[in-house]
Amino acid sequence: MTLRIDALGVCYGASPIIRHFSDTWRGGELTALIGCNGAGKSTLLKALAGLLPASGGVSLDGAGLRADERGARIAYMPQETGATSSLTVLEVVLLGRLRSLGMRVPAGLIAEAVGALDAFGLAALQTRRIDEISGGQRQLVFLTQAVFRAPRVLLLDEPTAALDLRHQLLVLESLRNLAASTGTIIAMALHDLNLAAQFADRLVALHDGALRAAGRAEEVLTGPNLMDIYGIEADVVRVAGARLQVMPLRAAERVAAPS
Amino acid sequence: MSHDIAKGGAVSAAPSAPADRSYRALVQRRLIWLGGGLVIFLSLAIVDIVTGPSMLGLAEVVNALFAPSGASSMTRVIVHDIRLPITCMAILVGMALGMGGVHMQTILGNPLASPYTLGFSAAAGFGAAIVILTGIALPVVPWLTIPLSAFAMCLIAGGIVYFFARMQGMSPEVMVLAGIATLFMFQAAQSLVQYIAAPEVLQAIVFWLFGSLLRASWSNVPIVAAVVALATLAVLPNLWQLTALRLGDGRAAAIGVNVRSLRIRIFAVVAMLTTGAVAFVGTIGFVGLVAPHIARMAVGEDQRLLLPMAALTGANIMLSASVLSKIISPGAVIPIGIVTAVIGVPFLFFLIMRGQRRNW
Repeated sequence: MTLRIDALGVCYGASPIIRHFSDTWRGGELTALIGCNGAGKSTLLKALAGLLPASGGVSLDGAGLRADERGARIAYMPQETGATSSLTVLEVVLLGRLRSLGMRVPAGLIAEAVGALDAFGLAALQTRRIDEISGGQRQLVFLTQAVFRAPRVLLLDEPTAALDLRHQLLVLESLRNLAASTGTIIAMALHDLNLAAQFADRLVALHDGALRAAGRAEEVLTGPNLMDIYGIEADVVRVAGARLQVMPLRAAERVAAPS
Repeated sequence: MSHDIAKGGAVSAAPSAPADRSYRALVQRRLIWLGGGLVIFLSLAIVDIVTGPSMLGLAEVVNALFAPSGASSMTRVIVHDIRLPITCMAILVGMALGMGGVHMQTILGNPLASPYTLGFSAAAGFGAAIVILTGIALPVVPWLTIPLSAFAMCLIAGGIVYFFARMQGMSPEVMVLAGIATLFMFQAAQSLVQYIAAPEVLQAIVFWLFGSLLRASWSNVPIVAAVVALATLAVLPNLWQLTALRLGDGRAAAIGVNVRSLRIRIFAVVAMLTTGAVAFVGTIGFVGLVAPHIARMAVGEDQRLLLPMAALTGANIMLSASVLSKIISPGAVIPIGIVTAVIGVPFLFFLIMRGQRRNW
C-alpha cells in the first residue's frame, strides 16, 4: 500500500503554505514529519486528509483520491487536546466509526470500542466526561478514536505533545507495531527529533512549506540539515549501539532565510 | 497504560467485560431519566387539561375526554375545544423550542444560544405588530393573517442571517453576530410600529408579544404538529453528526462530518421550529434556553437521547407554565410568556451559580 503525493500546494489567501510537496509513503512504515514551527507540517496533514483546499494530487495504491473521498480511507488526528464537551470517553471513541452509527449501536461495536480503550489503558475512563480528564488522557482518547477507525492511512498531528515520557514511548511503540502488523500508512508531525529518530522508519523534513530532506534518520538528521531546517548547531551522535541522538548546542545567529 | 499497547494490540484487544457494563449502566441511567421525563410529561398534561377557570372536576374532565356522549355540551366544548388545544399547543411549542434550543447550542457551540438568538422572535413580533397596526386580513382565512405575517418575517430574518453567514463560511461567530444585528433591526422596526400605534392597537400588540396559549385552536394545532414532526424527521439521519459537532468543528470534520452543510441544514430546521412555535402563540422566552441545559444534565450529549429529552423538558416547562398561568389568578389566565420568564430567570441564575460550564 502506498500513498503518493504529487505537487501538493496549499495557500492561505495569497500566501503559499505548502509548495509543490511530492513524496511517497509506504504501508507498514512510520513516517515522521519534522520541521520548525510554521514549516507547514499541520497544514500538510490537514490537506492530505481533505480538510483544506489544495492543488496537486493524492493517490492511494495508484487510485486518485478526491478531497471528499479521503475521509473514508484517511484518519486524521488534530493537534489540539482541548475539549468543552461533556461527551463520555467511550462516546468519543465510538464517533470514530461515525458511518457505522445509527439509532441503535451494535453491542459488538461498543465492545470493540471498549477493547480499543482497553488497549491504551483507558477502559476505566470510558464513562468519564472528556472535559474532566487530563490533557494527556484526552490526547490518548483522541488517538484511540483515530486508531479505532481502522484507516488505511493514519495522519497524526503531534500525537505525543501532551504525554509524559513513558506514554510517549508506549504510544510510539504501539503505532510502530500497528503499522508493522496491519500495513497501515502512518505519518505524524513530531517536534522531538530523538523520538523521531528512535521510532520512525522515515523522516520527512519540511522547511517553509517545501520538502527539504527525506529518508532514514541518519540521512536527514545531519549537522548541515539541522542548521538549514532549524537554524541550530547540533551534534548528532550514536547511542546504545545504533540509535541516533541529536544534541542541540546553540541557535545560529540568523536562521537560514526561506528559500 | 496496560501492557497491551506495548504488544501492539491497539485495536483488537479483548474488551474488559466490567468496563463495558459500566457504559451500559450509564445508558440505562439515562434511559431512566428519559422515562422519568415521560412520566412527568403525562402527569402534567393531565393536570393542565383538568386545570382551568371553569373549575370542572377531574371526573367531569375525564368523562368528557373518554366518554364525551355522557358529558354536558358545555363541558365537552370546554374540554375538547378550549383546554385540549391549549394543552396540545403547550406541548408542541415546548417541544419545538426545546429541540430548537439544543440545535442552536450545538451548531453555534454556545451555551447561551437559544432559538431566538438569530432574531426570529423579534421578526415574528414585527410581523404580528404590522398586521395588528394595519388591520389587514386575508380574505378566506383571516385568523391566519397574523401567524402568516409572523412566519414570513421569520423567514426574512432567517434569510438575512443565512446570507451573511454563508458569505463567511457559516462560522458560528458570524451567525451569532448576524443574528444579533437582525434582532436589533426587527426590534427597532417593532418599536417604531408601537410608537405610531394608537393606544388600543398598542395594547393588542403588547398582548401578542407576551405570548399566549389562548390562541390555540384545532385550526392551528395540526399545523404546528406538522412542523414539529417534519423538523424531527429532518434531523434523525444527523443525530451522530450533531453529537460529533460538540467536539468542535475541527475534530468533527476530521471524523467525516461535513460541518458547513450540517450547519446549514440544522439552521433551516431551527428556522422551521421557531417560526412554527412563535407564529401562532407569540414570543415565549427562556424555554429554548433552559430546556436544553436541563436535558443535558440528565442524559448527556448523545443526541439520540438529548433531543427527545429536550423536547420532553420543553413540553414539561410549557405545561407547568400553562398550569401556573391558570391558577395564579383564579378566574383569569395570565399570558404564558410572562410565566415562562418568571420560571426561567431564576433557573438561569441557578445555571450561572453552578458555573464551570459543568453541563456544557
